[in-house]
Amino acid sequence: MATESGLIDLHLVYLAGLIIASGLTLLAGYRVIKGPTVPDRVVALDTIGTNVVAIAALFALYRGEGLFVTVSLVLAIIGFISTIAVSQYVIEGDIIK
Amino acid sequence: MSTIQLVQEVVIALLVVVGSFFLVVGTLGLLRLPDVYNRMHATSKATTLGAASLFLALFVSHGPRGAGLTSLVGIVFLFITAPTGAHMISRSAQKMGIEFFGDAEWPEEDGDA
Repeated sequence: MATESGLIDLHLVYLAGLIIASGLTLLAGYRVIKGPTVPDRVVALDTIGTNVVAIAALFALYRGEGLFVTVSLVLAIIGFISTIAVSQYVIEGDIIK
Repeated sequence: MSTIQLVQEVVIALLVVVGSFFLVVGTLGLLRLPDVYNRMHATSKATTLGAASLFLALFVSHGPRGAGLTSLVGIVFLFITAPTGAHMISRSAQKMGIEFFGDAEWPEEDGDA
C-alpha cells in the first residue's frame, strides 16, 4: 500500500466512503421500522446487507488487509440465503416443506 | 513514486467515489420511491453496482492474486444473487396481494404459468 501519495490522500477517500456507507445503512433502518408491508422490510434488510458488504470492502481497502474481503463475501452469502428464506417463509408459512 | 502507482491510486479513488455514489442512489431510492416493486428495483440494481465497484477497487489495489481474486469472485456472486433475491421478494409480494402504486396491472396469465 502506497500511503504517501503526492496527488490524493487515499485514506481520506476511504474514510469518506466508510462514513457515507455507514450513514446509508442507518438511513435504511428507517424503512425497516416504518415500511408499510413485510416485503418492504425484507427489501430494506437486503439493502442493509449489501451496504454492510460494501463497508467490509471499504474497510479492507482502508486497512490494506485482504482478510476483510473474505468477511464481505461471507456476509454476501448470508444475506442472500436470509433473503430467500424470509421470502419463502412469507408466502408458504414454512421454509422446509 | 512511479507513474504506474499514480495511475493505480487515481483509478482506486475514482472507483471508490463511483461506488459510494451508486450506494447513495440505491438507498435514496429505497427511502423515497412509493412502492415495494419500485424500491426493489432501485436497490437491487444500484446498490449491487456500488458494491461491485468497491470490489473492483479492491481488485485494482491488491492485484490478481489472493484478496484481489476473492473480490472478483465477490462481483460474480453479487451479480448472480441480487436479481434472484429481488425476484423472490417481488414474487412473494405479488402472492401476498400487494397492489402497484399507479394504475399499472399484472399481465394476464397465459394458462401455462
